[in-house]
Parts: sequence; C-alpha cells; structure tokens
Amino acid sequence: MTENSKLIQGRTGAWEIVMGLEIHAQVASNAKLFSGAAVGFGAGPNEQVSLIDAGFPGMLPTLNKYCVEQAVKSGLGLRAQINLKSQFDRKNYFYPDLPTGYQISQLYHPIVGEGVVEVEAEDGSFFNVGIERLHLEQDAGKLIHDLSPTESYVDLNRAGTALMEIVSRPDIRTPEEAVAYVKKIRTILIYLGTCDGDMEKGNLRADVNVSVCRAGNYDKFKETGDFSFLGTRCEIKNVNSFRFISQAIQYEARRQIEILEDGGSIMQETRLFDAVKGETRSMRSKEEAQDYRYFPDPDLLPLVLEQAWIDEIKASLPELPDDKRRRFMSEYGLSQYDAGVLISEQAKADYFEAAAKGRDAKLVSNWVTNEVSARLAADGKDFSDNPLPAAHVAQLVELIETNVISSKIAKEVFDYVWNGEGSPAEVVEKHGLKQVTDTGAIEKAVDEIIAANPDKAAAVAEKPQAIGWFVGQVMKATGGKANPAAVNDILKAKLGL
Amino acid sequence: MAIDAATVRKVAHLARIKTPEDRLEPLAQELNGILQWIEQLDEVDVQGVEPMTSNVSQPLRLRDDVVTDGDRVADVLSNAPKSADGFFVVPKVVE
Repeated sequence: MTENSKLIQGRTGAWEIVMGLEIHAQVASNAKLFSGAAVGFGAGPNEQVSLIDAGFPGMLPTLNKYCVEQAVKSGLGLRAQINLKSQFDRKNYFYPDLPTGYQISQLYHPIVGEGVVEVEAEDGSFFNVGIERLHLEQDAGKLIHDLSPTESYVDLNRAGTALMEIVSRPDIRTPEEAVAYVKKIRTILIYLGTCDGDMEKGNLRADVNVSVCRAGNYDKFKETGDFSFLGTRCEIKNVNSFRFISQAIQYEARRQIEILEDGGSIMQETRLFDAVKGETRSMRSKEEAQDYRYFPDPDLLPLVLEQAWIDEIKASLPELPDDKRRRFMSEYGLSQYDAGVLISEQAKADYFEAAAKGRDAKLVSNWVTNEVSARLAADGKDFSDNPLPAAHVAQLVELIETNVISSKIAKEVFDYVWNGEGSPAEVVEKHGLKQVTDTGAIEKAVDEIIAANPDKAAAVAEKPQAIGWFVGQVMKATGGKANPAAVNDILKAKLGL
Repeated sequence: MAIDAATVRKVAHLARIKTPEDRLEPLAQELNGILQWIEQLDEVDVQGVEPMTSNVSQPLRLRDDVVTDGDRVADVLSNAPKSADGFFVVPKVVE
C-alpha cells in the first residue's frame, strides 16, 4: 500500500524515503557497564572514571548484572526475543574519546533479537516497526573543543556507561513516523524504568539511516526482501531532539533527491546534523570507510542467562503503554485519542487514574489533559513534579457532577486551587461560588428582570430565542452562580413559553 | 587467504602501527606463513561441535550495581603526556 502522503515530488518524478533508526538509550544504573565508577551528570572532569574505563594495562572488565537485567526488561517491553546466550565483541577504532582503542559491544550475538513495536501515527492509525536487535555496549568519553584553539580536552566520565542500542528495521517512511517511533520507544523505556529518556542530557539519542528510492520500489523491497530496490543510505549521527530528527530527515532526503536527479549517486557515509544551520554535513574524520575488525572480547566469557530469571523479570514488568491505552479505553470509556494523550507520560496516566476513581472519567480526562497540563507547562513542570494533588481534581469534578458548581465557575475554582487556596470545596465555600439551585432566589431575580423590562418580555412571545438575553441577565444578577437549567425552566414558566 | 603489501599497509594504519614501506612485503610473507599454518585446522571436521570460546569452564562473573570506584583523577591522568584542570589534553580533533 503506497499512500500519497509518503511521496516526495522531485523534478523528475516521485520519490519515497526509507529509514531505519538506531536509538542509543543510556541504562539508568548507578555504576558503569564494566566498572564500579559512578554514572551521572555534573561531576568534575574525570572524577567518575576507574582505571578500567581509562584503559590502563591489565585492567579487566566485570559485567554489571543490573545492566543485563535492564536490557532483558527492555527486550521484553519491545516484545522481542531474549537470547539466553550472548557474547561481547570488541569494535576497534582509534579516537581520543576511547582510551582502550576498542568499544565493547555485541555484534554477532546480541542479548535481544527480533521484536516489533506498534506505533500510533498522527492520524490515529497504527503502523508496526520491526526491531532487529537490542544490544549492550559502552558509551565513549566526551571531547571538548572550545577550551583551546589548538587542543581538545577529554573527559572520560561518560566512557564505559552502559547503553542499549535498539536497531529498527527499515520500516519508517516519513519524518513524522520517525518522531512517533522514537517517542514510542522512549515512552516504553520510561515505563520500564530502564532509561530515564532525558534527551537534553543525551541519555536517549538517535542515529537515523536515510535513503530515498523511486516511488513503488519500497513495496518491491517489502515483497522480495531485496535491498537493491532501496537507495544507498546515509547515517545521520546523534540527533537528540524530536524537532531535529524531523528537520534532519527532511533536509537529508531533499539533498539525496537533488543529487540523484542531477544524475549523481549517493555515497554511503556518516553525516552530522548542524542544528544551527538546519543541515547535515559529512563527518570528515570518518570519511575513510570504517573497518572495525570486530572479534569476541577475550576478557569476557559468553553471557548465559537462565530462562527462570527471564520469567521472573517478565512477571515483574509494569503495565506497558499499549496495554494501558487499551485498558483506559475499555475501563473508562475514553476515546483512543484521549487515552493516547494520557498514557504518553506514565505520571500523567497515574494521575488520571488517581483522580478518575468513581468520577466521570471523560470529565477527569479533560481536566487533566487541558487545565492541569497547561498550567504545568506554563510553570515548566511535568506530571512527575505536579504540585496539585489528584484528589483536588477528583473533588472539582465531583462538584461539577453534583451541580454544586457549573463548568464555567469550575475554571474560576481551579484558578484559586492552583494558587494554593485549598481544596475545591474549601475554595467554593470561601468565595461563595456555590451554584444557586434555590429556586426562590432565582425566581426573585427573574421577576425583577421581567418587571424592569416589560417590552423585552413581550417580545419573547413573538421570538422565543430572545430568551437568551434573559438568561444572560439572570446569570449576571446572580454572579454566574445560578444553575443554568433551573434558570431556563423558571424563565420559560414566567414568560409563558 | 593471501595477504599482500596493500593489506598490510591498511591493517597497520588501522592499528596505528607505523610500518616503513620496505617492511610491508616481508610482513605480508610472514603473515601469510602464519595464516597457512593456522589453516591446517581446516582439515579437522568440526561438524556439530560447539565453538569453544574460552578454556575456562565457568559462567561469566557478574557484578552488583554499586559504585566502588572513581574519584581518582590523579591516577587516571598519571600516564597522560598532557593534562589540564582534570582533563586529558590532546591535539585538536576536528569533526
């Protein structure tokens, strides 16, 4: 199936983009993958480095069990196969951020194999992205170029930190799909607690492999599995925000199409995204075709896992986003869209559930996704540091449900509650915001207004819709607190409608 | 598998081992000799035999996720030809 939205029109015809992503997710561990040095952010240069990380002669790596567990957990969350036997390999290259001269990774026997992730597109439809593998590997150190004009400074604090590299199949077709896929992986990992997903700190980043081919060729590739139907790909390294992912892909696809339409060919290479210029450029240092000379790391025996341990981890998994979305739809009667917005953030979903028990769930969902979300965003916060107790939202909705306040007044109540004036019930009491359901008081207001406006009252008999003016006047007279349904009923009776 | 001087040059470069031009040909011959010697192993039928990855018959030892190391900047930098303010200092790397 080729939807037109996936095509890009060039000068010589239509093209389509094909992408595979490699996501690097930092394992949320205390210590590094193979050493006892701390993992963290903000320490002084080289303070979180052991002699193993620094590549001192004779130092031997010892694998962190917790990191293995997190990789297994993530694999289960991606509905992927867990390999009971895996092996670490050395990927050899020289660069000043890699003191050992090799990165310990898993090329031949990764800990996690094939899986599949269901991703929701912007229009609410779903598409599947195949997962080729997830493997454990070490991060490199950090180079700082702006401290000296002639030298680079090296901080190895990040060197040896555990990363999970999640490699997708070339199943991603548009910049929007790429962003939706990364968001989905991020949400799953945050739910599992295996990675904090903090993209600003670089704890989750993506390499995007982009290629373009003539319209229709992707389907031929899908039918035959023959990669020659696809174009040559370029890898854009370390894109660390959703906006940049989208921008980098758009630029790169356009660049490749222009080269091909001018009769040129694409060179397989690694490119960097320049966020300031909004373009990708070749990484000169890696122009030479890489030859990593992988081989099994002789310092590390194969990693053999017990099925019983995998089962134990599986039994301890939290409810995953997909399951939560389905449950929110069936249990609370929410739409797919509303459920999707709520589950996108685990803390938001938990907050909703805490407030929704026994209440009108749709109403609670609206308050959570509109007012509460907007206030948090304005304060630069999210649901994990939400100062407003869920019980307050529940009480506010209860006050609306039981006609104590109108929806309109509820916004006013919410303002007071947000500003710390107490619970919704306290605020309603304190500011006298209770809806007037006392028909005597409403009748009195109606009588006064009809008496003061006999001409308008007469006109209503001819033009029933003019009753709206009277409703407005009564609401004004009662400070907006009159129950609108009661006002309508009384007006109709008094005006003889 | 035959190794020529060009392959030796490439491998030497990847390993950052400085190798004079006049050593490339003799090295290629030496390496070919070693490879031929090892290729004798191909004569053994290993059908159905599990590859032996180590001569140590024990499971991989694992470590608990606790911080036991670090805070030793002076040790870490002790072999560095140049350092400043806790950093290693290397010739400019251009990306």
